[in-house]
Amino acid sequence: MINLGTLIFKEIKDSYRNRWVGTVILVMTALALVLSLIGSAPVGTTSIGPLTVTIVSLSSLSVFFIPLIALLLSYNSIVGEDERGTLLLLLTYPVSRTMVAIGKFIGQFVILSVAIIIGYCVAALTVILTGDVAFFEHDWYVFGKLIVSSVLLGAVFLGIGIFISSVMKESSTAAAAAIGVWLVFVVLFDLGLLGLLSSPAATYLPDMVVKWVMLANPADAYRMFNLATSEDTALLSGMAGLRSDQMVLPEVMFAVLVVWIIVPVVAFCTAFGRRKV
Amino acid sequence: MKASMNTAISAIGISQSFGNIMALQDVSLTLNKGECLALVGHNGAGKSTLIKILLGLISPSRGVVGMMGKDLHDRQFEANRQKIGFLPEQILFQKNMTGREILKFYARLKKSPFSQIEELLNRFDLGAAADSRIGTYSKGMRQKLGMAQALLGNPELLILDEPTSGLDPLARQQMYSILGEEKKKGTSILISSHVLTEIDDRIDRVVILNSGHVVADGTLAGLSQERTVHSRIMIEATPKTCGQIETIFSHELDVVRPTERTLTLRCEKGRKVPILNSIYALGLELIDIRISDPSLEEVFSAYMNRQKERQYD
Repeated sequence: MINLGTLIFKEIKDSYRNRWVGTVILVMTALALVLSLIGSAPVGTTSIGPLTVTIVSLSSLSVFFIPLIALLLSYNSIVGEDERGTLLLLLTYPVSRTMVAIGKFIGQFVILSVAIIIGYCVAALTVILTGDVAFFEHDWYVFGKLIVSSVLLGAVFLGIGIFISSVMKESSTAAAAAIGVWLVFVVLFDLGLLGLLSSPAATYLPDMVVKWVMLANPADAYRMFNLATSEDTALLSGMAGLRSDQMVLPEVMFAVLVVWIIVPVVAFCTAFGRRKV
Repeated sequence: MKASMNTAISAIGISQSFGNIMALQDVSLTLNKGECLALVGHNGAGKSTLIKILLGLISPSRGVVGMMGKDLHDRQFEANRQKIGFLPEQILFQKNMTGREILKFYARLKKSPFSQIEELLNRFDLGAAADSRIGTYSKGMRQKLGMAQALLGNPELLILDEPTSGLDPLARQQMYSILGEEKKKGTSILISSHVLTEIDDRIDRVVILNSGHVVADGTLAGLSQERTVHSRIMIEATPKTCGQIETIFSHELDVVRPTERTLTLRCEKGRKVPILNSIYALGLELIDIRISDPSLEEVFSAYMNRQKERQYD
């Protein structure tokens, strides 16, 4: 256990020295700040609070940024050390391969989570300071949901990134694979689904199938979890029109994210265990 | 076969193939406790693969490996790693970390006290650079840091893959003297090396690996005798004296006359002293006399040449 702590600490320190920690925090904060300042401007006097508006904007943009940052943070973690020769050395120490991989995962998870929390809290603070709504009148439950789900979304893509890093032989191919994964999950998947729905084939597709195929994508599960499971956010993001039978319980979407964390973690532990050094 | 308690490493019948390529074929290697063994071979001879197998990083296709009295597949082997120090052939520590930070990280993993870090930094003359980033280190300094890392936790077994590559002669000597100190402490040492000229008087035994086979295993003296690699007596004298000695010894020894004033006699190691005595008995005036025993390099070449001859036969 002491060794796991040492490995986690090293991962965080490495990222700190490589200016990764600073960069990630800066990007998340800048993103949140811009959205909270611009996003809350046109609200006027509607029944929807300025924080909720910011949350909807934040979750729409985070679904692109968090997976990208997570993949960039993780794609080189194993293959990079292998290329430097430090992996070979590390594995001759009294640490198991699983511990090495899990140590990297937890270390990166801490960095990304801190960045997300700082960024979102700065956004919330901006909304509170610039608006005239009292602190307790804000929808803090939705805000909490956003933070938890964003952290989970980050963990999903960190897991996938470390899996890529455990499988690839060169860091350049790992980088290409990471970008590919990002494109597929975040951009192409939705485009493909949209294309399918607007094609004649859609008439033969049961609604249920489309719904579950969409939720199988962690990025979409995240989006739906944040946008469709609260009245205000659903209204703002155009999700309010969903029929009741199309609704999915928040717990289910939460579970989709959790499963999407477990599967890559198991996969990278197995792949790293078999990796030739 | 159970790993013996008196051996630091016992590898028996190791074979390893990567696809169609046989990297190692029926390789057996023993390192007794307190012994210093040189693993010698060309690039691609299988040295690094063998080292990875010994360290438990690759499972061999066939064969058994025992380290420090424990089978490699033993559950307790993980803890055994604490007793092993390893220096990989090529290591690039994170450039943004300092030397001290790197040593602290590895010391924590090995549960060795931090007090040893200071001692090691001073021992390798890295004290002044300890808090500088590794990106600013020279290749020699990085190699020294790697070596310091290997000595963390006072290992009972040291496995060093090309420990002196990239070092200047002075640093190489320093590295060898540290190895000598470790050997005195009773540490078992396995060195894989290309630089053969400097390690011969520091090793107890040599294993020569060629194309995945062990072609020789023994002491340097034993191997040179087996391959009749000769000692050399180099004499400097007046042309007349050189001529006299040449006439006397040329019928029984291999005599070479590189210049008018120099002469080299080649003889078996055991005949060196009688020949020297008979030269002195001649009462001739000599300017200088030098004697050299078979070096590891010569023994290595002799074995490599035999392999080539066998291939052509």
